[in-house]
Amino acid sequence: MIDREQVLHVARLARLALDDDEVARASDELSKILGHIETLGELDLEAVEPTAHVVEPDSALRPDVPHESLPREVTFSQAPDVADDGFRVPSPQA
Amino acid sequence: MSDIADLSAAQAIAAIDAGDLSPADLFEHYRAASAAEELGALSWVADEAPADLDALEGAPLRGVPLAVKDLFCTEGVPSQAGSKILEGYLPPYTATVVQKLQDAGSTLLSKTHQDEFAMGSSTENCAFGPTRNPWDTTRVPGGSSGGSAAAVAAGLAPWALGTDTGGSIRQPAALCGIVGLKPTYGACSRYGMIAFASSLDQAGPFARDVTDTALLYSHMHGKDPRDATSVGLPDATVLPTAQRLDGIRLGVPNDVEQDGIEPGVRAAFDAALETAKSLGATVTEIDLPHASYGIAAYYVLAPAEASSNLARFDGVRYGVRVDAPDLVSMYTQTRHDGFGPEVKRRILIGTYALSSGYYDAYYASAQKVRTLIRRDLDAAYDRVDLIVTPTTPGVAFPLGSKTDDPLSMYLEDYFTVPFSLAGVPAISIPCGLSEGLPVGLQLAGPAFSENRILDAAFALEGALGFDGSPARKGGAA
Amino acid sequence: MSTQIEFETVIGLEIHVQLKTNTKMFCSCALGFGEEPNTRTCPVCLGLPGALPVANAQAIHLGLMIGLALGCELAPRSIFHRKNYFYPDSPKGYQISQFDEPLCGAGELGGVAIHRVHLEDDAAKTIHGGSSGRIDGSKTSVVDFNRAGTPLAEIVTEPDIRSAEQAGEFLRLLRTTLKTLGVSDVDMSQGSLRCDANISIRPVGETGLGTKTELKNMNSFRFIEQGIRAEVARQEALVRAGGKVEQETLHFDPRTERLTSMRSKEEAHDYRYFPEPDLTPVTITPEMLERAKAALPELPAARTARFEMLGLHADTAKLLSWRPELGDYFEEAAGATATADGVAVANLISNELLQRLEADADPAESNVPATALAALADLVADRAVTITGAKKVLDTLVAEGGDPATIVEAQGLGAVGGEDALTPVVQAALDANPDIADRLRTGDMKPMGVIIGFVMKETKGRADGKEVTKIVRSTLGL
Repeated sequence: MIDREQVLHVARLARLALDDDEVARASDELSKILGHIETLGELDLEAVEPTAHVVEPDSALRPDVPHESLPREVTFSQAPDVADDGFRVPSPQA
Repeated sequence: MSDIADLSAAQAIAAIDAGDLSPADLFEHYRAASAAEELGALSWVADEAPADLDALEGAPLRGVPLAVKDLFCTEGVPSQAGSKILEGYLPPYTATVVQKLQDAGSTLLSKTHQDEFAMGSSTENCAFGPTRNPWDTTRVPGGSSGGSAAAVAAGLAPWALGTDTGGSIRQPAALCGIVGLKPTYGACSRYGMIAFASSLDQAGPFARDVTDTALLYSHMHGKDPRDATSVGLPDATVLPTAQRLDGIRLGVPNDVEQDGIEPGVRAAFDAALETAKSLGATVTEIDLPHASYGIAAYYVLAPAEASSNLARFDGVRYGVRVDAPDLVSMYTQTRHDGFGPEVKRRILIGTYALSSGYYDAYYASAQKVRTLIRRDLDAAYDRVDLIVTPTTPGVAFPLGSKTDDPLSMYLEDYFTVPFSLAGVPAISIPCGLSEGLPVGLQLAGPAFSENRILDAAFALEGALGFDGSPARKGGAA
Repeated sequence: MSTQIEFETVIGLEIHVQLKTNTKMFCSCALGFGEEPNTRTCPVCLGLPGALPVANAQAIHLGLMIGLALGCELAPRSIFHRKNYFYPDSPKGYQISQFDEPLCGAGELGGVAIHRVHLEDDAAKTIHGGSSGRIDGSKTSVVDFNRAGTPLAEIVTEPDIRSAEQAGEFLRLLRTTLKTLGVSDVDMSQGSLRCDANISIRPVGETGLGTKTELKNMNSFRFIEQGIRAEVARQEALVRAGGKVEQETLHFDPRTERLTSMRSKEEAHDYRYFPEPDLTPVTITPEMLERAKAALPELPAARTARFEMLGLHADTAKLLSWRPELGDYFEEAAGATATADGVAVANLISNELLQRLEADADPAESNVPATALAALADLVADRAVTITGAKKVLDTLVAEGGDPATIVEAQGLGAVGGEDALTPVVQAALDANPDIADRLRTGDMKPMGVIIGFVMKETKGRADGKEVTKIVRSTLGL
């Protein structure tokens, strides 16, 4: 069971504002979904190795050779707010 | 020469080589059809043919046009992943897979609608409206690659690109009566695919038939230095030729017997198995003891990865921003307004599953189940060459019928998810109709067995003789 | 009674070092150093949709060199994790770091146990309105992604350090070691070396750890030492007054010497680590290990030991080996001498030359090339000039350069030696001090210095004290 407080805690971690009705619905839906997910608890997984990657290529490293960086006008072309040659945001310190 | 609309891609290439068709005529046919479409399948259509089209007559794919799922980045062309948060987003680069196909002489015709960030099985979770199934426009085309599947089925494109995380190619292919292949994980580069769940996402082809599927796929795969998880396939993809299935051992999971499969799907599936036997295949029952835990494991792993993959949509560098006086409000309001309900749901599940104190119970357990499912499949492939299941438990469902019950929507992936978790290839081919709607047959094999799968699918396709043309003529219903 | 308790300081350090690669950790953008903002970026380091990281082989190589230099256990297979947090400097919403399977495990340097060394990507630079002065007010900031993705090695010590001075000493040895390795510029003012200190206190004799505070982002070793001292004093005063140390992150202002609590990032403690699915595990092949081993130069600790074997005093050996440029200068000078020994050369450098140069100056770039210093040492060894004379020669060399022998000649600094030259001067000294001569005759050698001083004055310091003593004795028939 996921209560309102847990929903709000998780939403804060995920930087997601939720309306009141969204919180209520999420509490209900998440409880159902997690109820199904908890069937995993039926299995004895003690000695099982986890799978993080299904394939492991021989070498996935990159040579240390520079490429052309993006032109700055391209870098900024999709930005919501550009100022002083940077991406402007509300101050994290405010 | 027959009508352009009736030509498969391979047939169109043959017609171009015979001098009966020009790449420009082919492109214009599909461009006009796409511009007039009413299914809500397309998010963008090219205004005109590429300037150098006739120069592609010598290229392997002869300029044959391509529909591309919205989440593939295409330079200067809107790439929105079905999300409001990326509305109007123009990437500065093109996804490797799309680039490879363009290098082989394919041309970008259209971008297709999808469930937002590939989260869904109906394409109803698209910020830009739902896509309708060309067999019955009151029904969904499946998802998340529903726009691509509907476009191919309706004749808006000869073939298309999709992505499959838990079934997002195979399920809409089944529901739209076309062929869709989910390759071995790593076979196709993920570079430039807007990520949903990185350890599961794979690009793959949609086409009207198995030959076109193989042809498109043959130009898609290959190790990409920009994707550390990509692998080279040991063999080149060859166009399938098999007429028979002699000596092929097919395995049917015993849980296919259980409730939940619609009778019409069951009947079409059983008939397809009889056809397979008549072609020389043997059919045996196999046990995949942990496959039934696939959905539970998948709905931990995919949302967990998604919650992290979607963190970059923060209103700072691109995409939609909701202005607010302080940083945290800017983040939370931007993401509140930018993401739809299903995306929010999965972000919440995934964040919860990774949060302090829950990691072992959820994420670590799901990864272990992944190991068990891989072992089940490895053991099965000691006894059989391919595993066969219905692709979905049912046919295309009416729009809106599952949107209020996320869990029932998730169960659409019941037969497709285990192969996604194991990273192995699987194809869906149409195997018949149930109440006038297509039924899909899934054929899965071990890692890198794409040629084996395509060959078997080709032989079955020939014998099953499925006719997809009603969908191209405005639907069967 | 609580005032009777003696406290012990417990310090662990976390050091971030920017690696000196050509390109970033996970993309091929060249590293940025003072370029125009946002000109060293690409889809990967901007965190654009669809972009994927690929690890830089050279960063792994440099990480292995650090691991080897610190005597760490090297993991044959290590894994990158995602560390999830929202901040404008984090383009992906997570940092790619290492968690429970780092590249390098336990090691040791200068008596301090190393817990681990791992690799990660650096954050972007957030320029806050208030401090930059470029933006109206302080309500907005701008982000420059040039630094985003720069490879970092994070070196974490065990809580083995017991004082601010030991922390400073360790950091200096670490910096020299990393500089010698050539893996980083290790320049704190440029941010290529950054240090955080975890500080706690406990009553002497206890083995458990007290609540720690984290002192962040100090930009010189001196400030780190000052900051640690201030924080230890604060904690001790707090506990003695019956208070409790709260776990928090602190900022030390070296101008005011004040510690201020930094507002903690909301929820910052739940990073939701999970294995980075976009990267496969890093497997260290025998070839990679061999290449890293072959690239290792002689490290400061080993050089110190070798210099001590030459007979150098421990402090001199450390001085010359912890500043690599001094060690190189010493070795060149010692190699160029004909008759002088290494100890004499080392002492001439540490006691005389360095006193005449600016702090941190490289003598090789001064007016005194190593060959000149070697020539001077030879003149001293050959007794062509006394130590006193040599000091005058050095004054001239440092000021204007030149050849030591020529300077000796030109300034008449050549040693006055031999019985023929010195006996008349000694005789004159005894004649001028008859009472001293009498005391010497009776075997009271204490006033010998007076005679030597007289001779030195007469010879302008060019005589050798020992030789003078010898001639005094023979003149007096002792």
